[in-house]
Amino acid sequence: MTTSAQAKNYITNDYHVWSWVATRDHKRIALMYLVAITSFFFLGGLAALAMRLQLLTPHTELVQAETYNKLFTLHGVTMVFFFLIPGIPAVLGNFLLPLMLGSRDLAFPRLNLASFYVYLLGASFTLAAAVLGGVDTGWTFYTPYSSTYSNTHVITMGIGIFITGFSSILTGLNFIVTTHTMRAPGLTWFRLPLFVWALYATSLIIVLGTPVIAVTLLLLILERGFHMGIFDPALGGDPLLFQHLFWFYSHPAVYIMVLPSMGVVSELIPCFARKRIFGYNFIAFSSLAIAILGFFVWGHHMFISGQSLYAGLIFSFLSFLVAIPSAVKVFNWTATLYKGRIYLRTPMLYALGFIGLFTIGGLTGIMLACLGLDAHVHDTYFIIAHFHYIMVGGTIMAYLGGIHFWWPKISGKLYPEFWGKLSAMIVFVGFNLTFFPQFILGYLGMPRRISTYPPEFQVFNVMSTAGATILGVGYLMPFIYLIWSLRYGKDAGPNPWNATGLEWTTASPPPTENFAEVPTVSEEAYDYRSRPEIGNV
Amino acid sequence: MSDRDLSHQFETLEQQALASSLGIWVFLATEVLFFGGLFLLYTVYRIKYPAAFMESSKLMDIKLGVINTAILLTSSLTMALAVHSAEEGEKKQATLRWLFLTMFLGIVFLGIKGIEYHHKFVEHLVPGPDFVLESINQQQAQIFFGLYFAMTGLHALHMIIGLGVLSVMGGMTWMGKFTKAYSNPIHVAGLYWHFVDVLWIFLFPLLYLIGNR
Amino acid sequence: MGNVPFFPVQASTMAPQVDALFAFLMAITAFFSLLIALLIVVLVIRYHHKTDADRQGANNSHLVLELVWTGIPLGIVMVVFVWGADVFYRMKTVPPNALQIYVVGKQWMWKIQHPEGQREINELHVPVGQPIELTMISEDVVHDFAVPAFRMKEDVLPGRYTHQWFEATKVGEYHLFCDQYCGTLHSGMTGRVTVMEPKDFANWLAHWTRPSGVMTSSGAELFQRMACATCHLPSGAGRGPSLTGLYGKTVTLQDGRTITADDTYIRESILKPAAKIVRGISLSCHRFKTSWMSKA
Repeated sequence: MTTSAQAKNYITNDYHVWSWVATRDHKRIALMYLVAITSFFFLGGLAALAMRLQLLTPHTELVQAETYNKLFTLHGVTMVFFFLIPGIPAVLGNFLLPLMLGSRDLAFPRLNLASFYVYLLGASFTLAAAVLGGVDTGWTFYTPYSSTYSNTHVITMGIGIFITGFSSILTGLNFIVTTHTMRAPGLTWFRLPLFVWALYATSLIIVLGTPVIAVTLLLLILERGFHMGIFDPALGGDPLLFQHLFWFYSHPAVYIMVLPSMGVVSELIPCFARKRIFGYNFIAFSSLAIAILGFFVWGHHMFISGQSLYAGLIFSFLSFLVAIPSAVKVFNWTATLYKGRIYLRTPMLYALGFIGLFTIGGLTGIMLACLGLDAHVHDTYFIIAHFHYIMVGGTIMAYLGGIHFWWPKISGKLYPEFWGKLSAMIVFVGFNLTFFPQFILGYLGMPRRISTYPPEFQVFNVMSTAGATILGVGYLMPFIYLIWSLRYGKDAGPNPWNATGLEWTTASPPPTENFAEVPTVSEEAYDYRSRPEIGNV
Repeated sequence: MSDRDLSHQFETLEQQALASSLGIWVFLATEVLFFGGLFLLYTVYRIKYPAAFMESSKLMDIKLGVINTAILLTSSLTMALAVHSAEEGEKKQATLRWLFLTMFLGIVFLGIKGIEYHHKFVEHLVPGPDFVLESINQQQAQIFFGLYFAMTGLHALHMIIGLGVLSVMGGMTWMGKFTKAYSNPIHVAGLYWHFVDVLWIFLFPLLYLIGNR
Repeated sequence: MGNVPFFPVQASTMAPQVDALFAFLMAITAFFSLLIALLIVVLVIRYHHKTDADRQGANNSHLVLELVWTGIPLGIVMVVFVWGADVFYRMKTVPPNALQIYVVGKQWMWKIQHPEGQREINELHVPVGQPIELTMISEDVVHDFAVPAFRMKEDVLPGRYTHQWFEATKVGEYHLFCDQYCGTLHSGMTGRVTVMEPKDFANWLAHWTRPSGVMTSSGAELFQRMACATCHLPSGAGRGPSLTGLYGKTVTLQDGRTITADDTYIRESILKPAAKIVRGISLSCHRFKTSWMSKA
């Protein structure tokens, strides 16, 4: 009797290092990305920890002001460009998209490998900049500080991010072509898992938005090197021009970060409520709506930048519109629970946590779209709290939920459920303790990007730092027990959750070619009515 | 024969051709956005400093620019002919001829561009500490020339990459890879080359022709 | 510990308007967050797999429901948009009788000038009940002049003037922050806005004088007031070198020359900091225009 662990799978297929280095298997590439982005996550997390320690007292001397500025820049750059933007697409997307479509690989496997090496090249430049002494401009690189005044390694880091952008573009291109041309027979667009819709919408944003940040960084580098004068008023340039170009990408970028996580939640809720998702079409179209509308709201980062009142009005109006599709998703997910058969396994805890925290984060986004209110809280800790509610309370929780959900498929092993639930709860508590006080601090007026502050802000800063340590513990735990499970975890079997979706019809871990023969699809997605029981887990 | 041309992830040659065509179109869309940022910058500064831009544009070598435009347009023709003869299958010599001609024209284009850059260098028109210009506002002219070098430089980089791609196509043609059933690589290369040509058609008037000529 | 504020004081005419908007948005946020949280909790309990609740007739789509929960949020956000736009419009519309005050931001200090020539560094004295318009510009990078108690801020740009206005309603002292990251000492670019009764303000204006008196004490006062001390810390740990005991010393310049730090050297270094730089000092602080210094 051959168990799936004994049969050749994509991991055991070939043990030579070269077979990994030169792999074209999307599953191996996904694993390599997993290692890379996890490393960057911990690097960015260490920077955050140092910052939170500095902020324990009003005038701590843990780090000098200049070092603090380099820390928050490193935190922003690593978390945004090297963790959140590649994140779910490069790990879960790469691994699952061909499986979910019933195909053997992505449309362009070699391009996929190239994506990964381009990411590593960009990462090298960025790390080099950090090691050489760092950059102190913030991840937003506003001019003329970054183009003319900063004495740090802006060009090196700019090159690093520029290169990494191409990794992102190639992945997005691959996903779009794969989704259009490689669906299994019978797998029509409206039978696709919603995760695929989410990845598709994300890929649209990636291919249209990322080139703009690429050219913006290139111009920043040229400006810094040759003093062309495009962004420095002293040379006839306009600093607001940089801001417009920067945010034209960086706003859609936040949807690159959040849409895939919403796609994950759309997979988890039906499985753990044992029910077809409510409002499939609306959720699918809302992803596209967010992708499209998201390109027209960038000016809400610039309401008090000297931008005209009329531009502000338009951007505010559109920013309110882009919130609606997200609200639609939240209602549909909640409605899915009605008359379901709910199992509170670890992935479900993360998914439910996502819904709650994303709702709060999103509604505070409404506050920021509101012109009259944004003026007061812009560039304060209120903004920081808002986007961390979405990125950490939202994206990272969904990411962890997805990692746990598909861990059996990826590794062939089950993670320990008790520790999974415990960490999910620790993450939830730690997260709220870290970031909720920051809303209060922001409304009180505490600015961003400062290493010392007036004494009356201390109590909330202490709470926030306490929360951060708890959150850190909550993140360390899965890191430990997931690795532990590789050796000591129970064998998973092909479909431990009794879930729908083509990825669950093949072995865990899958063979290199994914499917012995190309599957045919004849059912709608999420047909949980015919399988009310969760698996043997 | 056809099995060897079919990559393992695809079921049929048609699927493969469709995927590679869609792939290049998506890639060209990213290129439009990439250069779009530069065109936006150009537009903003032209509106802001119209006189300086016009005066600076007069300093461009319009003769060389026209020659280069003609060369590039012709190379698009030869490229289209190369793709056409490859798609017919069994016309190795013809395809190779057209490909070499395209590459030759591309190299001439780059050579002329190099001469132009050299002139600009000698005339102290490269932005930076060496920039000297008498009658026009220095700062504003530097912006024009900065954009000139950035835009044509990136264009030239894309052409160099295109030459690399065409060499690979030449190699594949020589090895007899292209048949009636399988010619999408050269079709993809053709689309890329045409895009680089179209880009120049926008760059040329904006950079060379806005002075009162 | 003293009293820990949860909410900023309202000290301007706009503050209550902004806070009212905020209260409404908080109510909506609280309502919808609690609604979703409660729904989730109730549904998870009721339909937990171990219960035998009625699960017949579950459907997966309902057009009317979708339209309702699209339409209602849309309606609410449109109300918020209009209300917020109205508040913002008022923030941007300067009242006709506003007192003009000029602000220059530079790394890492605020220079303020009153219409009759009174100058302040990192301080702004204003009368209560009088609209004030700030005309602002930066000497170097982008800064932001922010007074949370007034619920206002606006970026301060190099090369172009920006404006904001306020009318203080409460006597007191309030934080001034720089709310756009601007480099190394961004954290330290803070100040104080002092709102006074009109007659106290008139008094303050009248008695503001340029520094005079004994040379060394007025020099010391100038050193503090012009915020030279921000960077040139006596310990040497600041951005600029310590200047303690400099007068009369021999210094080595970057190009290797040695000179004596006499009156001429010190005056030149104040007016043109980049002219003679001591070996070992980096240039980052030497970009500011110091024309105002020559008037001191």
